[in-house]
Amino acid sequence: MSPARVFEVVAAPALATPVPEIAPELAEFWTATTEGRFLVRRCAACGEAHWYPRMVCPFCHSTDTGWEDASGRGTVYTFSVVRRGAGDYAAAPYVLAYVELAEGPRMMTNIVDCDVESVRVGQEVEVVFHRASADAALPRFRPVTA
Amino acid sequence: MSGIRGTASIVGAFEHPGRKLPDMSVMQLHAEVALGAVADAGLTLADVDGLFTGRDAPGVGGLSVADHLGLRPRYMDSTESGGASPLYHVGHAAAAIAAGKCSVALITLAGKARSGPMGGTPPPEDPFETVFGTRPPMASYALAARRHMYEFGTTSEQLAMVKAAASQHAQHNPNAFLRKVLTVEDVIESPLVADPLHRGDCCVVTDGGGAIVLVSRDVARDLPRRGVTLLGHGEAPRHSAGGKVDVTVSGAAYAAPRAYAEAGITAADVDYASIYDSFTIAVIEQIEDLGFCAKGEGGRFVEDGGLVAPSGRLPFNTDGGGLCNNHPSNRGGMMKIIEAVRQLRAEAHPAVQVPDCEIGVVSGVGGDLAARMRSAVLVLGREDAA
Repeated sequence: MSPARVFEVVAAPALATPVPEIAPELAEFWTATTEGRFLVRRCAACGEAHWYPRMVCPFCHSTDTGWEDASGRGTVYTFSVVRRGAGDYAAAPYVLAYVELAEGPRMMTNIVDCDVESVRVGQEVEVVFHRASADAALPRFRPVTA
Repeated sequence: MSGIRGTASIVGAFEHPGRKLPDMSVMQLHAEVALGAVADAGLTLADVDGLFTGRDAPGVGGLSVADHLGLRPRYMDSTESGGASPLYHVGHAAAAIAAGKCSVALITLAGKARSGPMGGTPPPEDPFETVFGTRPPMASYALAARRHMYEFGTTSEQLAMVKAAASQHAQHNPNAFLRKVLTVEDVIESPLVADPLHRGDCCVVTDGGGAIVLVSRDVARDLPRRGVTLLGHGEAPRHSAGGKVDVTVSGAAYAAPRAYAEAGITAADVDYASIYDSFTIAVIEQIEDLGFCAKGEGGRFVEDGGLVAPSGRLPFNTDGGGLCNNHPSNRGGMMKIIEAVRQLRAEAHPAVQVPDCEIGVVSGVGGDLAARMRSAVLVLGREDAA
């Protein structure tokens, strides 16, 4: 395995950063986020990476799954500039998106650190962590600058 | 044949050995008991085509369990009756098996009354979705719309045509919440709520409700009103598929062929369609998934008044639908069934009644189009059908 890449962890992000509920079996994932490391879960039986992370492979149902450090890179699969937010996100606009990770899975996230009007499908993005609590940071993505 | 006697066998059973499990989520417990039971049966989760869960399962109606385990059941039931729920599920699963709706039913129960929080736990997807602001329903449908536009060239004008068609129908419905006839321009000039969706792409928010009565054909024969015959039903989840999610496809792509096969029809036989219309993009995707056109062609299908009754290619939602008439409790399914009944009884408004309406399809969407949803499709026939 290649050495773990470490990404920025923003301590006080501008965008609302709700605290995620940490499932006991995902403690390692969330701890890694606070250290700027992005883990994905891969099945040793079928070789597929999946999202969101879980112990049972959703493709072949093997329980032989484990963590690996992800590249943190991906492309925008689809997105929306949400202009009528609610709850934690009342302060719209913000960009809700699915990012297709280089490892394959598509994950829900936000695109940050750019003009909301500039986001495009297919755009290359990289993970950045926004600290939500002492125990977790949210994996968000920002455009890769050339 | 009647009853379930002798139609089903319990072939797998597993009790989790744990009694205090602070290091495991409730969903992980559901996963472990599911794996234990199918292993005991000499089966795998890939064999499961029916899923039965109660309120102890995180999420809505078993959908999160199906997503978590990567199941695609063709029949699901989430009857809730407290601690006795699994007994109901056995009875309901046997009825489903007897009717040919599924053949391998998985029934799970799990929870953490000793070490978990009171009041249950949120579904496992929450920390990976809702924290990013997925709550406004139009945000999820906007993700689907954007991708549909990107892949197939669907336009905002085509989405607006769905609303405009619904408004053509709503003008004849004195109870409709929105009776004003809307143009494509009215819709695309309304404010963006979640790009690319405008306010006009959204359904109305209303109070109200509805109910139906379903009886055996023996009972139906002795009643004074024209009945509408149920010819077929199909259902399917379309969830996040472990990250292989395709937001351009609804569960109707899998549910409709099941319903059509049971009814012995094809899409070409359909005279009228009630199509769940919380947002215009949902209608476009379902038109494709119901087989009225190829995937990606939905936008072009709705052009030129394609959905307008009585003469369009596919008269839809002749009450004005959720887009203009009614969407009580933010749930449009009941209204979809009721307008199909009106059409098949030839009791819709004369301006929108489809002549000689014999076969109606009802397509329902539950959940959100981006992450996970379930579709159910009904085929209904005029009294003299089947």
